[in-house]
Amino acid sequence: MDRFPNHRILPYGLVLPSLTVIIAFLIIPFGQAVYQSFYRVSPFGRQLRYVGLRNYLEMFQSPEYLSSFQNTLIFSVLVIGVGLTISLVVALLTTQKIRGAAFYQIAFIWTYAMSPIIAGVMWSLIFDPSIGILTHAIADLTGYRINYFTDTVAAFILVTVASVWVMLGYNICFFVAGLQNVPHELKEAASIDGATSWQVFWVVTFPMLSPTTAFLIFVNTVYAFFQSFGLIDVVTQGGPNRTTEFLIYKIYRDGFGRMQEGQAAAQSVVLFILVAIVGAFQIYTSTKKSVYNR
Amino acid sequence: MRLSRKQLKGLIIHVVLLLTLVAVAFPIYYAFVMATHTHQDAYAFPPILTPGDQLLPNIKEAWNRVDMSVVLNNSLIIAVLVSLGKIVFSILAAFAFTHFKFRGSWLLFPLCMVTQMMPLPVRVIPLYQTMANLGWLNTYQALTIPYLASTTGIILFRQFYMTVPEELADAARVDGATPLQYLRSILVPLSWTNIAALLVIEFVYMWNEYLWPNIVTTASDMRVAQMGLRMLYTSERGAAEWNIIMAGTLVIMLPPLIVLILFRKQFAQGIAMQTTK
Repeated sequence: MDRFPNHRILPYGLVLPSLTVIIAFLIIPFGQAVYQSFYRVSPFGRQLRYVGLRNYLEMFQSPEYLSSFQNTLIFSVLVIGVGLTISLVVALLTTQKIRGAAFYQIAFIWTYAMSPIIAGVMWSLIFDPSIGILTHAIADLTGYRINYFTDTVAAFILVTVASVWVMLGYNICFFVAGLQNVPHELKEAASIDGATSWQVFWVVTFPMLSPTTAFLIFVNTVYAFFQSFGLIDVVTQGGPNRTTEFLIYKIYRDGFGRMQEGQAAAQSVVLFILVAIVGAFQIYTSTKKSVYNR
Repeated sequence: MRLSRKQLKGLIIHVVLLLTLVAVAFPIYYAFVMATHTHQDAYAFPPILTPGDQLLPNIKEAWNRVDMSVVLNNSLIIAVLVSLGKIVFSILAAFAFTHFKFRGSWLLFPLCMVTQMMPLPVRVIPLYQTMANLGWLNTYQALTIPYLASTTGIILFRQFYMTVPEELADAARVDGATPLQYLRSILVPLSWTNIAALLVIEFVYMWNEYLWPNIVTTASDMRVAQMGLRMLYTSERGAAEWNIIMAGTLVIMLPPLIVLILFRKQFAQGIAMQTTK
């Protein structure tokens, strides 16, 4: 570790730039958010009034908030469940002994460069009520014309599909890297012992992959909670009937649109706790793996 | 001709992968097709699925409607500044954490990791007030400085620096090199793969940022690319001129795509490095 023992001050200088940014723009603002969550701005003038836990209590009693909470969770579970399943299957197939494996591994990467807004624009064309290809196809099959401006299910599916799509490149790339780290000897040993490839996957590959999976669950949670904002703001504006008004969109509306900073701050703190739980799970899983290995 | 079991398996894998690839690529292909047609052809029924010849006029039209040169220029500036800043900051911090023993490092390292847990949206309101107090609204400072610390970057370089043999540092020290000389002339040249990987990650990330730029900029000359795309998209609602919208979309998605394609190998290697603990 200590390769330059005579330099006592230098290491502090080296971490100073990062640390300054972290303290000034992360830790302090976050502390302020926690502080503000116990206050309210009075309607006249810009005075802060201490309200204790009222912002939190009212939040959890508000049907609007609870339904936003529920929809955010459903959305996140779908983005993670559907997205990671497709990505893992693709990654497993591209790491088989086939010709052109390297080509496929690169060929899926590029959705990583797309922004959530671009994903939203492209998929809203496919879902477009008048000319969308999917709208036509569904109308031909069932006689029903979907319209995501008014149909809550269609809007929800639209934002979910666009999100799963935009995360595919990243997810596949990580799964491919994770799969390539699974030692061949272990898989061979298992098949020599008579395990089918299905069993080898569940007994050897999948557990060895768990740090990668946990990391991707974390990244996709962050996407579903935060990055999806652009997609929502541009394509559905939280509608129809607030179905896609996910937590981050609600914070933005309450904090900046309705000037309810205290209430928005309380929502931010809850969102932070949710992310922290998933983050802690990820750290737990990756430390467990190193024990597993040694 | 009969296929062996192994050949059959290979064939099925190829078919499944190609079908998936086509499905994943379709939205982009369709966007491209739209961008090459006139407004009338975009609304043709049944839909036209082959490219037309209106791409350049459509791009020109989209370019004028959203002041494309301004938003592209702004996004380019902030994406380059933040990428370079994060690379430098992360290298310095990772160097400290891997080459020195210093008091408080046990606390400072986890502190650097919490950035991951506090994405910008969680602290967006106080951070906005900080920017307002500093007088940074509508400036490049607000669009870049709050982003400069990077958990991903510190981890990426730390993983790599831990594997560099100690003898290198010892040799440099015996030759009388200072730590910073060693960093600059030995460690950094060894880190090009990680630098390129982080460049891709951060360039793509900043180019695609929307929430924060949307909050700290109100002046039309400070808008970024994603905001331009929103304006193009929402202003056309109703009579949606999909050909113009998609022409603009293609222009705006191109720069991060180019960066990713240029450095795809380094990006994949960087990811491989992140998954090995």
